[in-house]
Amino acid sequence: MNSAGFVTVSYIAATILFILALGGLSNQETARRGNWYGIIGMAIALLATILGVVTRHYTILIIALLIGGSIGLVLARRVRMTQMPELVAILHSLVGLAAVLVGFANFMDHSIGFTGVELTIHNIETYLGVLIGAVTFSGSIIAFGKLSGRIGGKPLTLPARHWLNLALLLGAIWFGREFVQQGAVGSGTVPLVIMTVIALVFGIHMVMAIGGADMPVVVSMLNSYSGWAASATGFMLSNDLLIVTGALVGSSGAILSYIMCRAMNRKFLAVIAGGFGTGGGTAAAGGEIEGEIVAIQPEETAELLANAKEVMIVPGYGMAVAQAQHTVYEITKVLREKGVNVRFGIHPVAGRMPGHMNVLLAEAKVPYDIVFEMDEVNEDFPDIDVSVVIGANDIVNPDAQEKPDSPIAGMPVLEVWKGGTTIVLKRSMATGYAGVENPLFYKENTRMLFGDAKDSLDAVLKTL
Amino acid sequence: MKIGVPRESHPGERRVAATPEVASQLMKLGYGVVVQSDAGARASFSDDAYRAAGCEIVASTRDIYDQCDIVLKVRAPEGEELGMLRSGQALISFIWPAQNPDLLRTLTERGVTALAMDSVPRISRAQKMDALSSMANIAGYRAVVEAAQHFGRFFTGQITAAGKIPPAKVLVIGAGVAGLAAIGAARSMGAIVRAFDTRPEVKEQVESMDGEFLMLDFKDEDGSGEGGYAKVMSKEFIEAEMALFAEQAKDVDIIITTALIPGKPAPRLITAEMVRSMKDGSVIVDLAAEQGGNCELTEPGQVVVKNGVTLIGYTDLPSRLAAQSSQLYGTNLRHLLTDMTPEKNGELVVDMEDEAIRGATICTGGETTWPPPAPKLSAAPKAAKPAAAPAPKPEEKKSASGPVIAMALGALALFGLGAVAPPSFMAHFTVFVLACFVGYMVIWNVTAALHTPLMSVTNAISSIIVIGALLQISSTDSLIMWIAAFTVLITSINIAGGFAVTRRMLEMFRK
Repeated sequence: MNSAGFVTVSYIAATILFILALGGLSNQETARRGNWYGIIGMAIALLATILGVVTRHYTILIIALLIGGSIGLVLARRVRMTQMPELVAILHSLVGLAAVLVGFANFMDHSIGFTGVELTIHNIETYLGVLIGAVTFSGSIIAFGKLSGRIGGKPLTLPARHWLNLALLLGAIWFGREFVQQGAVGSGTVPLVIMTVIALVFGIHMVMAIGGADMPVVVSMLNSYSGWAASATGFMLSNDLLIVTGALVGSSGAILSYIMCRAMNRKFLAVIAGGFGTGGGTAAAGGEIEGEIVAIQPEETAELLANAKEVMIVPGYGMAVAQAQHTVYEITKVLREKGVNVRFGIHPVAGRMPGHMNVLLAEAKVPYDIVFEMDEVNEDFPDIDVSVVIGANDIVNPDAQEKPDSPIAGMPVLEVWKGGTTIVLKRSMATGYAGVENPLFYKENTRMLFGDAKDSLDAVLKTL
Repeated sequence: MKIGVPRESHPGERRVAATPEVASQLMKLGYGVVVQSDAGARASFSDDAYRAAGCEIVASTRDIYDQCDIVLKVRAPEGEELGMLRSGQALISFIWPAQNPDLLRTLTERGVTALAMDSVPRISRAQKMDALSSMANIAGYRAVVEAAQHFGRFFTGQITAAGKIPPAKVLVIGAGVAGLAAIGAARSMGAIVRAFDTRPEVKEQVESMDGEFLMLDFKDEDGSGEGGYAKVMSKEFIEAEMALFAEQAKDVDIIITTALIPGKPAPRLITAEMVRSMKDGSVIVDLAAEQGGNCELTEPGQVVVKNGVTLIGYTDLPSRLAAQSSQLYGTNLRHLLTDMTPEKNGELVVDMEDEAIRGATICTGGETTWPPPAPKLSAAPKAAKPAAAPAPKPEEKKSASGPVIAMALGALALFGLGAVAPPSFMAHFTVFVLACFVGYMVIWNVTAALHTPLMSVTNAISSIIVIGALLQISSTDSLIMWIAAFTVLITSINIAGGFAVTRRMLEMFRK
């Protein structure tokens, strides 16, 4: 059988299966099947390549596959749902690293003969693949550090950071020119290595400058980069499967970043430029907030909930931190048995990663048909008797609508204050990631339930 | 400090300023409470009940005024009570300083610190001490009960073996607190209830009480005045309004009027002519009787029958539900005193910076402090002016030239690329561009709830870069081989980890 044709056909099959895998995620019913399509597609691609292209070193190959695969499976089993953002970030870094390594290996391999324009284009492709891979790698490592708390959430704002970025970019372009010129005569290792270092520094600097509140954007952006890296590598190797898959992943990440930015009413460039979300609480835009804070006890909370007809639960990152999702579901169950209509309202950027809250609630077995997106429930708030805000802050801040000079002005928020009573679970009066005071806490129909979300909710559950 | 609760001296007044329950809560604030003997008797609170709550009982009104630093009353002091007030003493009661300038002058001259419960500003924070609202609520309820008493028929409609009973038709004019309470009470007795108010924003409130809101086809005028109260309307409006009432009067069985404008005599809404046009046996309850009455024929404090129509002009409706109104009024007082006793040590602090307390304080230390400066916030914010609501937002027209220029530039760039690039590259490039579009189409369909699985699955898929390593692993150069092997290792972590964690997450999503 014609081995090249066999490989190509397999690649086409894998491509289609990958597209089906992504398409399957359009709803929960088909998502599981979609994941299997993805696995089968990957298996076909691997098998076809191993059988059709690889000619020797099978042992090393199999050993590497087995070791890597087992590490991956163990990681996937051990990870807690609250740590998903970190896992995703570290996995991105591996793709980036792989792109760099493949690029270097390909550069060192002189067996493929290109000449003229083809060689130039090939060199540019190599260069781009390594560049994007290196940025993805170092950026993801930093993102992982920030998400797991190993590096502080505060954005690092160097004095002339925009100029530094520009200098790095110009440096990368200049060395790119050098690389292509030297590559034409067979050398060029030095510019490639220097560029890799520049790209690594750029990745670190870029993510360091981004505040905690913008993490969902960063994670999805790195997701996109890892796709583009794969695509660039595909061009370098003249491999359509890599190009297509990389393009799919790249556009997926880009769309996610766009959705996240829109959810925060931020410009993508502004997020990348960084410096937002100081994490310390500068009380930006000042402005005295009138009113007093009324605290509430778990017992009263339970009573309020039990007497309500419509309850909306708005979870935020605080719920993830306190691991309170299971208790939340227990309370939901009790209330639903009493005939209370309990729903969940999820803001697109709640948590540290797109869809983070949905995954946590799913882990706690909350049925997904009572979990709604912000746009689906925002109009219902006037009919809600009790809203429970668990460890969320900026996403329920009325200032976003009411105060045009607020740093979060214009960001879509869940309008909990329009409901009957709002109960806010919070550890202290500290500001959220955006560092903005929240007048919701001072509203007359807001009650604050201070303390660790899980402890408070356990107490509520007990009373119920 | 000692709080004194005298017996109300006004003839017919049955209420008392503090119930035993309120008294015991005042003691928790650190106060001593002295109650005049039989102060609560007409509201069904015995001296024994006060004693049980820990109050001291004294015989005469004079004892109260002599012993106590704070006097709580329902009605303003009158007659000899005024002579008993001394400098530095605090008085909290209804006072109506606008209607009783002489009383205000006397209180000022005697150096009393007087807080008028009727002057508590209508801000949201002060709702808990808004005695006007709590009394109005009771008055509205009682108005319906009084009407039912004098109406010779059922409120509710029924079909019985002995014939059909038509439901009573009730018209409530003025949908304030009293009006709404009346609507609720009449509705729950089964009557057909219509309501009218000059303030269009109360339409929803009327409808929420299951009443029918009578709209006046008069678009330009909004009757909402400061603090959610009504204001005087234009002549044209009043004419239109009167025509509506004249028409309704012929139809309805019971009219309950609650129309009041702060600081003004009650508006004349029901003329003698309208009363004549009503059916025999109809009832009018005029809640504004004390301020002159909304009905021309009302006699304040009396029930009279004119032209076959019963006109009820009681001015003491809350007092007719004395136990309930004493309890609500007492609670209003307690909230006020709680705010005025920040340390909970039984010491009264008149904080003139506090908007609610400032508004209620009409005189202190020999100086008149009424009227207060205008309140900052209205309880019921005025409905946004219609002109402002559909803000003339010029639709942000996306400049049509923008995308065109971008497309042209993109096309030029592609042509430039096509001119120099070899065909093999262009083939790959075609695939790339198409794949981007496919990705764009597919990803927009992904539901937001599955964004995390999307990321992990794209992560796994992007490890397809392993193909690159596989292509290199057979290299004869051992360095390349080892680099490739390492790449295979890390990407396989990604493949296995990505797919496995996606599977784990998707398993959790269930109905």
